[in-house]
Amino acid sequence: MLGVVARRVPQIAATLVLLSLVAWLAIGAMPGDPISLAMMADPRLGPGDVERMRALHGLDRPLLARWLAWAAGVARGEFGHSRLFARPAAEVLWPALRGSLVLLGTALALAAGIGVAAGALAAVRPRWRGAVDAAALLSGAVPAFWLGILLIILFAVTLGWLPAGGVPDGGGAWEAARFLVLPVATLAVAHLAAYARHTAAAMAETLRAPWITAARARGASEARIATRHALPNAAVPLLSILALDAGALVSGALITETVFARPGMGKLLTDAVMGNDSNLALLALLIVAAVTLLATLAADLAQRALDPRIGQGTRR
Amino acid sequence: MPKVLRRLLLASPAVSLLLAGGVAAQTRDALTIGLSQATGTFHPNIESMAAKSYILGFARRPLTAFGPDWRPLCLGCETFPTVENGGVVPETTADGRPGLRVTWRLRDDLRWGDGRPVTAEDLRLAWEAGRAFETGFGGAEFYRRAYEFLSPDPRTVTLRFDRVSFDAGSAGTFEPLPAHIERPIWEANRRDYRSRTAYDTDTTNPGLWNGPYRVVAVQPGAGVTLERNAEWRGPAPAFRRINVRVVENSAALEAQLLAGQVDMIAGELGLTLDQAIALERRARGRFRFAYRPGLTWEHLDLRLDNPVLADVRVRQALMLAIDRPRIVAALFDGRQPVAATSIHPDDPMVDPSLAPWPHDPPRAAALLEEAGWRPGTDGVRRNADGARLAVDLQTTAGNRSRETILQLIQANWRAAGVEARIANQPPRVLFGETLSRRRFGGAVLFAWISSPESVPRSTLHSDEIPVEARNWSGQNYPGYADPEMDALLEALPQELNPERRRPLWARLQAMTHRDLPALPLWHRSEPHIWPLWLDGVRPTGNLSPSSLWVADWRAR
Repeated sequence: MLGVVARRVPQIAATLVLLSLVAWLAIGAMPGDPISLAMMADPRLGPGDVERMRALHGLDRPLLARWLAWAAGVARGEFGHSRLFARPAAEVLWPALRGSLVLLGTALALAAGIGVAAGALAAVRPRWRGAVDAAALLSGAVPAFWLGILLIILFAVTLGWLPAGGVPDGGGAWEAARFLVLPVATLAVAHLAAYARHTAAAMAETLRAPWITAARARGASEARIATRHALPNAAVPLLSILALDAGALVSGALITETVFARPGMGKLLTDAVMGNDSNLALLALLIVAAVTLLATLAADLAQRALDPRIGQGTRR
Repeated sequence: MPKVLRRLLLASPAVSLLLAGGVAAQTRDALTIGLSQATGTFHPNIESMAAKSYILGFARRPLTAFGPDWRPLCLGCETFPTVENGGVVPETTADGRPGLRVTWRLRDDLRWGDGRPVTAEDLRLAWEAGRAFETGFGGAEFYRRAYEFLSPDPRTVTLRFDRVSFDAGSAGTFEPLPAHIERPIWEANRRDYRSRTAYDTDTTNPGLWNGPYRVVAVQPGAGVTLERNAEWRGPAPAFRRINVRVVENSAALEAQLLAGQVDMIAGELGLTLDQAIALERRARGRFRFAYRPGLTWEHLDLRLDNPVLADVRVRQALMLAIDRPRIVAALFDGRQPVAATSIHPDDPMVDPSLAPWPHDPPRAAALLEEAGWRPGTDGVRRNADGARLAVDLQTTAGNRSRETILQLIQANWRAAGVEARIANQPPRVLFGETLSRRRFGGAVLFAWISSPESVPRSTLHSDEIPVEARNWSGQNYPGYADPEMDALLEALPQELNPERRRPLWARLQAMTHRDLPALPLWHRSEPHIWPLWLDGVRPTGNLSPSSLWVADWRAR
């Protein structure tokens, strides 16, 4: 295990450095720098003003030199200033990250819990398979923005039971929970299909294995076979899905955040890229990439723990 | 009925009461306003943003503004300076050029939220920081022209300008900054002041605010909370607290209004006009709707160096082929005035004798024939060389309203034998590259926002055609160049007598009406949506937001 970690961590660090360079160059090459936008807003800016502003914002230097300056700042723990929010980039990032973690964390926990339970039910009780497949198909097919709007119309506008979106101004955990219900439900429905289908398929295959037949022959109960033998084995492929979803956890859910007007990483990242806020965009992108890479590493380690054969190679 | 479902239905009123508690708890001493744009910096002199201007309208008093009747007026000063009242005095600068001396007398009752009076020193800081280019204030031209600051007493401020301009009494973004808080920060590091100002690092400091309200909480990108400013000496505002919530998606904003989470949607930055009209049809009786035509002018900039569009007959034919009254009626319920030129019908200098171009397809066809464009077999006109009469049409991708308008214009032009090829671009590309570097070949639909009697030098003077040698500065994207227009644009600001300016304005309008460097479409209306119990909000339709008069707002 330690060997895997020692090998993978430098790879992750190198990937992040390379990613930051590519992203910096890509954002810098996009049309419409801050000066062009300032010129649209202030018609009285003359050619001399433009030149001075470029120098003031460091835009007269080559892209690579600006990336090196940015990277040096990051190495010192300075992530720069957000142009869009007029605050330090890290200060803008944390509330959005927290918002996304709460929203997606709750939604994914719910989706994984319900999805795995439904998948297990379909595998253990084949007569439920059709219903679970149909529900999974439906949840996978319903667009999140459409479901979100439907839920808002029903529960916020028509019934007035829950807020239509946004975040509470105060009111504690209960109020915060009320604001979470609809976006969490929207996201959970969208995600649970994958967990249900993969769990059902993996468990069904495991339950057909000879060693499960042997367990039954030894008198093990169906409940014990399902929970102690089949489910842990079926969990190996599920860990890969969870690792990928961990990336989604921090990259946010742009559509859900937009429909429910919740601050989060998805919207922040989009606004930063479209608004030419390089410092913020880079920081957000690196957080997303780092979490995805680290979650993949964690999933690999968990899979090796669950199935020691993984990673041992083939010996002839 | 299954037992579980029956229990659920029986329980629903109780659940409803329990869950709805938070929304119903709102009272009339608080007002929640929905806005569709977030603000970055809260500093009044750095960057110009409509959302910031709206929020600061509650919490700050600028020196001057334009009222709901579009006349300039004093908010932070006693009398708006003019030549007639002696506030504006023509003079000669030290190097012999004509200049102006403008004096503002500060109101006696203006206080910062920490109790300190607003004084000339607060304006001196704004002037000094504005003239220090590295500080990065907006309105660089204003500060360049204002070469001397004089203050004989703490309530009198005089600026000397090295140029004559009829609008010199309007202070614009020259706003007081609390020197007792901001000066030490500015002097410590002028270059980094933009990122260190207390407006962004200590936004809830009461000393930053001199309006009826002060900022008490900021949720970056999500909203702002304001409460009454105890030091405000003007008429007491009605609401103890104002919450400004940012909901950038207009469908979500509408849902929050219908769900009762926001009380009103600001017309300055809220729903689009078509959305508001659709909402009014569904929710008439629940809210009050007001539509205020404003100074946002929608138009099509034409690329005049395109050989096809260089011919004024083709431009006039394109204008005559667009059925603007029908588009306005179909999409905007007739609530936007069709434009004759860029000058709004309510502008004091509008020439009322100039009617908007009509929709006249036979006249358009005749003009195209005269210009050598004859109908082809496929319905598209061709010239003697066989070239098709085709024009590229562009606007901001993702703006549903504008995309629909382009499709209607495309159909209008097609009926006149003009092929219009739509190629929309994201706003960042369109404004940051295609327009500003003149990389368009045909027509681009977008809007300009201006103030009353704003001289359109940047869009019509030949010096303002963006070229690389001038760092792409200027906004004359069509490339319009006419020596008579240049002379008019130079003479207009220097004429201090409004009646003597009027014929200059009339000539300017006649020339743009005839030459059509841009095809005027309409003047955009702001849709304001208020609760039935709110009175006193007066939409301005200009760059001074309605929030500046929040002290007049009352709950019934």
